[in-house]
Amino acid sequence: MAMLSDISPKGRGDRRPPTQIELKLRRKARVSATIRYGLLTLIGLLMVYPLIWLIGASFKTNAEMFTSPSFWPNEPTVQGYIDGWKTSTPYTFGKFFLNSLWIIIPKVIGTAISCTLVAYGFARFEFPFKKFLFASVIATLLLPNVVTRIPQYLLFRDIGWLDSFLPLWVPSAMAGDAFFVFMIVQFLRAIPRDMEEAARVDGATTLQTLVYIVVPMLTPALISVCLFQFMWTMNDFLGPLIYVSSVEKYPVSLALKLSIDTTEAFAWNQILAMSVLALAPSLTVFFLAQKYFIEGISAGGVKG
Amino acid sequence: MGGESKYAGLWYVAPYVIGLLLFTAFPFVASFYLSFTDYDLLSKPEWVGTKNYEKLFSRDRTFDKSLKVTLIYVFTTVPLKLTFALFIAVVLNYRLKAINLFRTAYYVPSILGGSIAIAVLWRYIFADTGLVNMLIVSLGGEPINWFGDPTNALFTITLLRCWQFGSAMVIFLAALQSVDKSLYEAASIDGAGPWQIFRNITLPLITPVIFFNLIMQTVQAFQEFNGPYIITQGGPLKSTYLLPLYIYDKAFKSFDMGYASAIAWVLFVIIMVLTLIAFWSSKKWVYYAGDKRS
Repeated sequence: MAMLSDISPKGRGDRRPPTQIELKLRRKARVSATIRYGLLTLIGLLMVYPLIWLIGASFKTNAEMFTSPSFWPNEPTVQGYIDGWKTSTPYTFGKFFLNSLWIIIPKVIGTAISCTLVAYGFARFEFPFKKFLFASVIATLLLPNVVTRIPQYLLFRDIGWLDSFLPLWVPSAMAGDAFFVFMIVQFLRAIPRDMEEAARVDGATTLQTLVYIVVPMLTPALISVCLFQFMWTMNDFLGPLIYVSSVEKYPVSLALKLSIDTTEAFAWNQILAMSVLALAPSLTVFFLAQKYFIEGISAGGVKG
Repeated sequence: MGGESKYAGLWYVAPYVIGLLLFTAFPFVASFYLSFTDYDLLSKPEWVGTKNYEKLFSRDRTFDKSLKVTLIYVFTTVPLKLTFALFIAVVLNYRLKAINLFRTAYYVPSILGGSIAIAVLWRYIFADTGLVNMLIVSLGGEPINWFGDPTNALFTITLLRCWQFGSAMVIFLAALQSVDKSLYEAASIDGAGPWQIFRNITLPLITPVIFFNLIMQTVQAFQEFNGPYIITQGGPLKSTYLLPLYIYDKAFKSFDMGYASAIAWVLFVIIMVLTLIAFWSSKKWVYYAGDKRS
């Protein structure tokens, strides 16, 4: 039986001249590939151009900003970066980056540890109410945050956590991001249990098994979890907007909003320069580790 | 696994259970209660029965407007974004050498899209003399007033979300790549054209991910906040004043916690009803290939 996959441009072992049908199919494949490449390139450029343009514009003078759609600055200057970095507050953007980092690092570590423990519990043990509890993981995944936000705020207010990072850290450190629990459970289900059972037979406790056997195998999934949590936290705006009120604790996202509000309309170059810096950590992390992102979303499906 | 009690598993999931009770279950119930109260943070919540809901549905013009634009926003954004994501995934699903390069380029906006920096960029791109208008003028057109006109303003917000089609696309692409190639070959030998193959083979086989993407995107679109908050501040004439913005203003600007909770519950019920309809209808159109697991 003739398979389409046999008709590849590289040809097969036999030297017979290609038939009319084969020639036609090859030509069709070439035309199809050309159209696809053309379309993808065009759309790709359209997608990425705003970002390229943002980077170019951040090196323009304010006068040039609104005069040319070209991304290339005529007289490149870093004045926007210098002025933007100073901000109109007593702090520099350096302070806001440190604040963002100080929100992100404990949150990412808390997420990775708690979600691993919880996912291990769900994937490897039987216990009362397990079905119900795992169903609640899925339900939380779909539950709109908007409905729990106000009482959460009141709760954190009553225990005196407002204007601190605790409301941003603690729920995540209690495996509150159901998506990650779900993702690790899916990953664990695909890992054979032989090694774990062998370790248990040799007298290891379940915790030792988790730390020495399971976690090393989970590493790719955990990297995905940390990367996603890093990006989402870096991008998070509403959380800090509600809980963080003093400027000295502002993360980058709030500081950017502040600079739009306080900078006069003519200082766009400063705002765009700081926007480039705000995007830089996520972009860098993404390009260094993109395969984990693609694997992560393909495995579990992701918001975004 | 003997040696430890049958509650060992419970110890591992304990952090989740505590977090679920404290930060999800309790707030969920509490917000329902609050929606029947008057609560300004200064005095104790005061029970007012269904007054908040009555006001919402009879006398609150802002709510009417906000609900309307939210529904328009969701019902245009989600289909547009998913159709585009699927279209690109189909084009990409071919033996192209540069597939990874394209996949990466398309995925970048999804990574950055939620960032305030991108909302800032959007505000600048669609400004009166911003990038888009400069391009239009250089091509000989008339500049468009993006943020001054209600329809255009909503369009810029919609476009921002569609621009982030990458994550939906990657999920579609993974599903497309797992379709058994021999099905295509068999159909093509039987004389089916590309559209027929797509319509009758590919599409039914990837309905589970279409369903998944549809639900996730809808739930998220209903909660859009950053875009309209930064780019249009809900204006002009409240044409981009989505319900999450209204809830935020009521709760954290005017500290009308009871009323804000009532709006949140209306939004929640809408999302839940639509999700249930989707789940219910999925029996009719989602195809799980001889497999009862979901």
